[in-house]
Amino acid sequence: MNEIIESVKNLSIGFNSQKGKQISILRNVSTNIKKGETVGIVGESGSGKSTLALAMMGYIKQGLFPLKGECLFKSEDLLKMSSRQLEKIRGRKIAMIPQNAGQALTPNLKIGYQIDEALRLHTDLNKTERDKKISELLNKVRLPSPETMAFRYPHELSGGQQQRVAVAMALAGKPDLLLLDEPTTGLDVTTQAHVLELLRFIAKDTGTSMIYVSHDLGAIAQVSDRIVVMYAGEIVLEGPARKILKEPIHPYTYGLLKSIPKLSLAGLPASMPGSQPQPGSINEGCSFYDRCNLATDNCKKNSPDLEHIKELDTNVRCFNYKELINQNNNLQTSITKKSNNSEANEVLKLKDVSISYAKQKFFDQLLNKISDQNPTVKDINIDIKKGETIALVGESGSGKSTILKSIAGLLKTKDGQIKFENDRILSSDLKMRNPNDLRAIQLIFQNPDESLNPNHTVEQILSQPLKLYFNLSGEELKKNIIDLLKKVRLGEFYMSRYPRQLSGGEKQRVAVARAFAAKPDIILCDEVTSALDVSVQAAVLNLLQQLKEDLGTTYVFVSHDLAVVRAISDRVAVLYQGRLCEIGPSQNVYKFPSHPYTEVLLGAVLEPDPDIKPKLVAEDIVEEKPPEKGCSFQGRCPRKIGDICNSEVPPWQIGENGNAIRCHINIEELASLQQ
Amino acid sequence: MENNLITEDKQKNKLEKAFEILKTMASKPSGLIGLTIVLFHVVLALTSPYIAPYDYKAISPNTMLLAPSAEHWFGTDSLGRDVFTRTILGGRTALTVTFFGSLIALLWGGLLGIFCGLVGGKIDDVVMRVVDAFLSIPWILAMLLIVSLLGTSTEVLIPALGFFYGKGIVRVARAATHDVIAKDFIVSARARGHSNMSIIWNEIIPNVRDAILVEGAMRWSWMLLGFSSLSFLGFGVSPPTPDWGLMISNARGLMSFAYWSVIAPIVGLSSLIIGINLTADAFAKALGIDRSTKAPV
Repeated sequence: MNEIIESVKNLSIGFNSQKGKQISILRNVSTNIKKGETVGIVGESGSGKSTLALAMMGYIKQGLFPLKGECLFKSEDLLKMSSRQLEKIRGRKIAMIPQNAGQALTPNLKIGYQIDEALRLHTDLNKTERDKKISELLNKVRLPSPETMAFRYPHELSGGQQQRVAVAMALAGKPDLLLLDEPTTGLDVTTQAHVLELLRFIAKDTGTSMIYVSHDLGAIAQVSDRIVVMYAGEIVLEGPARKILKEPIHPYTYGLLKSIPKLSLAGLPASMPGSQPQPGSINEGCSFYDRCNLATDNCKKNSPDLEHIKELDTNVRCFNYKELINQNNNLQTSITKKSNNSEANEVLKLKDVSISYAKQKFFDQLLNKISDQNPTVKDINIDIKKGETIALVGESGSGKSTILKSIAGLLKTKDGQIKFENDRILSSDLKMRNPNDLRAIQLIFQNPDESLNPNHTVEQILSQPLKLYFNLSGEELKKNIIDLLKKVRLGEFYMSRYPRQLSGGEKQRVAVARAFAAKPDIILCDEVTSALDVSVQAAVLNLLQQLKEDLGTTYVFVSHDLAVVRAISDRVAVLYQGRLCEIGPSQNVYKFPSHPYTEVLLGAVLEPDPDIKPKLVAEDIVEEKPPEKGCSFQGRCPRKIGDICNSEVPPWQIGENGNAIRCHINIEELASLQQ
Repeated sequence: MENNLITEDKQKNKLEKAFEILKTMASKPSGLIGLTIVLFHVVLALTSPYIAPYDYKAISPNTMLLAPSAEHWFGTDSLGRDVFTRTILGGRTALTVTFFGSLIALLWGGLLGIFCGLVGGKIDDVVMRVVDAFLSIPWILAMLLIVSLLGTSTEVLIPALGFFYGKGIVRVARAATHDVIAKDFIVSARARGHSNMSIIWNEIIPNVRDAILVEGAMRWSWMLLGFSSLSFLGFGVSPPTPDWGLMISNARGLMSFAYWSVIAPIVGLSSLIIGINLTADAFAKALGIDRSTKAPV
């Protein structure tokens, strides 16, 4: 068990900047991978975690080169090998599972053929043995009906199934070491939990060592024996998974764990100030100095070494780690948020809203009707009160963003009405809405890289709504822009910057400022934090909450992340295939009894705690279309009672907690089933 | 990190930016050569009337078809006119006509393309089919028709060439716009209720400008070739105005024994085209558009 498979020694990797300066993005990294061990490498984007993982299979991205150090795989340096020698090791000894299996599989070759290719390359089996091996492998990764699966093309599989095929291909060469680069990041929560479960099983079953690279501490916590925390190209903390997650003794890891929203906590997570430094910008001192609240003068001048603490079996890069050793019991804290006045008036009502993506047929177009009987989104009834945060939750394809778009007027509704203030009906056509209604509803998008014009300065970006709605110009415009920047905690000097000169969090703040520039009543937030790093996410969530408390704005918050929703929302609506499953105050939705789908979703949430394992109650099948009759969740429901689920749309039932559930099972019975 | 960024990329005014781009262009040999050639031709076109040693239209039977000598550097043509004089003057009309022609092509092609890309739907369909129909007509035939109906004055040639070379730009501008309008900042502007004109002006043009400008620069060199072909066929500039296309056409029959009167205008024309092409490529690279890996539609 203690045999070391791969060891990295003092590895530094860097590139030459345009000015000819040598900039390192990986600095003095040393670590060992033991046989049968799963090591999780965690860090935010730009921390060097992927570069390290790729270097461990002897691959260095174009433009980068090793500055010093070595990667020893069974005492041979991978970085000095010729590509011929590496060929013999990759796939056979070290295999990799990519982030996006859909892109890694060749689209025009059958699954079986692609696995066979790997077998032919890495083993000496003959044709019949290989065929047997293929179905064995497909069985091992728990793909349904492995006999027919081999004859299917990658596009016929769902994202989770594609990821499983990638796992099967990686296992084909019986590698000693498996490298996983964010293997579950693009997947839905339930699928992600299933794939992780599979990976854990495979690690145990085959005794393969694994390196699991992820930004998600929740996923890392589920699979890792040991965790390596990276920050700005350095290892800052390394040790047994349980110790790292329960008693982190590095201030960065501590802050990171605190900034993750947790299902068990209602309030907002604590945020860390600032963002990770760019490569090459640290000259002296500790790389975490700017953001650390334990920092002393010593940290500014001297860079701490990775220190081994024997009694904890942990390596830590901090001068003041001792201050953290005995105060870690307060990881489970959160900032309580002011809840809104539940007596407030409704500002927005969705009444029987249905939305269809189906194209009109020619005759229907003439008669001006839409014939789609099974629209993407159907029968949505939600009343949104002034000043509340309502969250729409669901997996991809649940229609949550579709609903948001039609509130914004970007997508026409098929049936139903959207009523704004005093029951005035809002046209579903953007061009028919009056400017004041347009001003009152603003959007914030998921990815600030796409939602900010790359050729505009922050000043130009923020002046767009101010000019449009308030006709401001000159000094007044400038004053308003500075005010807005102050509101989102950015300085005046940001005005002349372009988006590319800002960090992810700063960009999203500018996007938030732009939405607030219109002095809106309602802000629609479309996955606003999912493109951000965890520590930045917490800061943006806190900012949104603060702005709401100050200005009384109403948020419609769309997210797939149940923990984030728990942190920010007052009320939650759970959607499946464009139909509402459950709606209620958030503290009650997260309690039982809940709709079977909510139960499935909640069970699949990964918490950064090795003691909380996900509960997998349903299969991770992906349904492409909503069922035409009956309950929308009939295809996957773990509590399906029979034909009634297939034929009749379930009635609304209101629980004593105040959450409404759409299910055929009696709500009290549901409660006892779920206890 | 933040402080680094500020010093590195301070707010620059437009002139400084243009200068920066020129500097990047000149930093590679091909860009430097291209810029030098183009600059040389422009300077030559501006100064040639003052430095020309002879009168370009002075016919002299005594000096017909003289070989290059100290007196006549590039020799003389079949009417005894000085080829050097006529060559340095010969680029003037071509440069002016095609420069303004490309500007017109850029303007109408670019704007129509952006508009079609933005509104999409039926308007886009109809306009693009019309553009396709025009693309299918051999331009030189259509040009000949226009020129023979309306005459060969520059007032006719500039808009006619501008029209025919703008069709291709419509496609490029439309494709570039399609790349941009899928982005959320356009959706955001739409949701705010900006008018189409405001979206085109504020959000789209800054993002497609570079691609269209580069395309325009490439069209300029094609247009030069096209214009010279017209002159060659006798539909461009009317004699005795010196023009490269016309000079090549007049002297081509005598090529076997008076090669000098053909070579000089050929070198003039092709060096200018090569210069413009090299400059356009360097321009594209300086703007971060890589034509070698990404085809401009």
